[in-house]
Amino acid sequence: MWSFEEKVIPLDIWVSQFIDWLVEGYRGFFQIIKWPVEVTLSGFEGVLQAIHPFIIIAIVAVIAWRVSNIKLAIFSVISLVFIGLLGLWPDTMVTLAMVFSSVFFCIIAGIPLGIVAGRNNRFEASIRPVLDAMQTTPPFVYLVPIVMLFSVGNVAGVLATIIFALPPIIRLTSLGLRQVHPELIEAALAFGATNGQVLRKVQIPLALPTIMAGLNQTIMMALSMVVIAALIGAGGLGAPVILGLNTLDIGRAVIGGLSIVLMAIILDRITQSMATKKE
Amino acid sequence: MEKIIIKNLYKVFGDDPAKGMELVKQGKTKNEIYEETGLTVGVQDASFTINRGEVFVVMGLSGSGKSTLVRMLNRLIEPTAGEVIIDGEDVLKMDYKELVMFRRKKTGMVFQSFALMPHLSVLDNVCFGLDLDDMHKDKREERALDALKQVGLEGWGNAYPKQLSGGMQQRVGLARGLAVDPDIMLMDEAFSALDPLIRTEMQDELLKLQEQHERTIVFISHDLDEALRIGDRIAIMEGGAVVQVGTPEEILQNPADDYVRAFFRGVDPTGVISAGDIVRDSQPTYVWHEKKGSPRTIMEKLSDTDREFGYIIGPERQFYGIVSVDSLQHHIETGSDTGIEGAFIGDTQTVSSEDTLQDILHLVAGNKWPVPVLDENKKYLGTVSKNRFLRTLHRAEDTENMGTL
Repeated sequence: MWSFEEKVIPLDIWVSQFIDWLVEGYRGFFQIIKWPVEVTLSGFEGVLQAIHPFIIIAIVAVIAWRVSNIKLAIFSVISLVFIGLLGLWPDTMVTLAMVFSSVFFCIIAGIPLGIVAGRNNRFEASIRPVLDAMQTTPPFVYLVPIVMLFSVGNVAGVLATIIFALPPIIRLTSLGLRQVHPELIEAALAFGATNGQVLRKVQIPLALPTIMAGLNQTIMMALSMVVIAALIGAGGLGAPVILGLNTLDIGRAVIGGLSIVLMAIILDRITQSMATKKE
Repeated sequence: MEKIIIKNLYKVFGDDPAKGMELVKQGKTKNEIYEETGLTVGVQDASFTINRGEVFVVMGLSGSGKSTLVRMLNRLIEPTAGEVIIDGEDVLKMDYKELVMFRRKKTGMVFQSFALMPHLSVLDNVCFGLDLDDMHKDKREERALDALKQVGLEGWGNAYPKQLSGGMQQRVGLARGLAVDPDIMLMDEAFSALDPLIRTEMQDELLKLQEQHERTIVFISHDLDEALRIGDRIAIMEGGAVVQVGTPEEILQNPADDYVRAFFRGVDPTGVISAGDIVRDSQPTYVWHEKKGSPRTIMEKLSDTDREFGYIIGPERQFYGIVSVDSLQHHIETGSDTGIEGAFIGDTQTVSSEDTLQDILHLVAGNKWPVPVLDENKKYLGTVSKNRFLRTLHRAEDTENMGTL
């Protein structure tokens, strides 16, 4: 019989070999995958860095005021000015660009996948364990392979963030579609709706608040991934945190962390109000 | 003349309907098939013809397959075997595109649960079928407004379904069906979710619409009164099979089997029929605002219309009391200067819409005036007169006697 004292299945070795094989043979391919992420990220970063901070603060304030209320607008202005005065404005813009880029890819991949999952039980069943794995695997596990395939830096950070932040938007899009009353779908079909029309005119509009809730969670998870992404050389607000911890410069770590929290509150409140307003 | 011909239509629910069909052909019953295979026979061997322009009611208890049957007419449920021929064309042979066009052009459907789109305004809900067919916005809104007018909901276009009462929501559902101007209206227990008063009102509305523009209506119902009231012909279903088809009179006079007979007989009509079922809002009512509606005006109005009793209700239809020409006369002559309440007939008891005819018999028999009926919120629904009471009994008795012929 097997004794559990020794290793029988050398899965770890196989995985290492597989990654090595991928890196050796297909690095070029992964560099191509990297390209659209790189373009998107540098686009967002370029724009955010180019605009004067006051204009960005003003834009955020107006959005906060329009979708929510004047209180949120005032809170946003105070928080952003505070972050600026801490000397973390450039880092904040890098973080924001990374969050926007990863959320952008999460939306264009996640919503279609969620729609398919919401309409197809078999697809939903097959994708669920993958989503579970994406949400529960500690990010440190896939950081190293990502570095090996995509090298260090902001782009690798965005890719890791996409993996981490993608599940909620898929899950909630699917859930939103499934929550639509079957009798409404039946009524649409009875009046001669095609499958596409059922989706466009009934399922998606009614699922929109739930999809927006998924988007909100995806943004929050992307933001929380930012610190971890700094471990593989991504810049932004995670960098002072990691640097501060490594050099036992607690103050530096705390101001980085505080800025992340403030950003999280602003983004969360804005997207949440957008979601509830749709109802 | 025939609009819809249904031939040997079957529906077997489950993983392997073909096997179920085989067993049905061997003559096994629904229960035997279920026990043997776990398959449910929803509809078995339904065959009948629906004529152009008639209101055809399919009646049966829940689980009798009537909802399944109506859904097979437009293939919301795919039949397992049989034919559905509408205007000479077999619906079951249509491909996807033809089916979509058939649903858009030929049929409208009204659902028990209303099934209105909560994210669309009333107008957009009524436009729904036309929008699916890419009709131009101006044209479809014109048609939708016309449909809203037909169901008496002019001016409600911008409201949202949840702002409307159940009865109004179903009017929107009806308007949505009418807007596509279909030859055939499929109505699945369309009025069953409405309270009795509104239900009768909607039935009248439907008959009125039918007078204006004759459509072929397939109406699913479990309510005998409803079937007798609106049906030109009735099909009775039991356990997935159609047991009898005929005009109400034919079925009453010659029920095909005990099931049909039981349907019409009931146990004891006075214990089954409630005040709410037979209440009529036909007596004159006067809304009592303070200082308004003086005894004298009400008396004049009563005498003018040759009525004896007047019912005083509040603006929210709460019931206050009954006045008669005599009590008003007396009130005026004694010259007391109190309001209308001085003229109320003493001791006017009300009944609840839930009370059965047995419960209310002594009140109806013991008073000169029709007995006021209130709903569960104490709102005035109308009255039950002696006349109405006796006529109801007469009809119920009638069907009982015929059943035993």
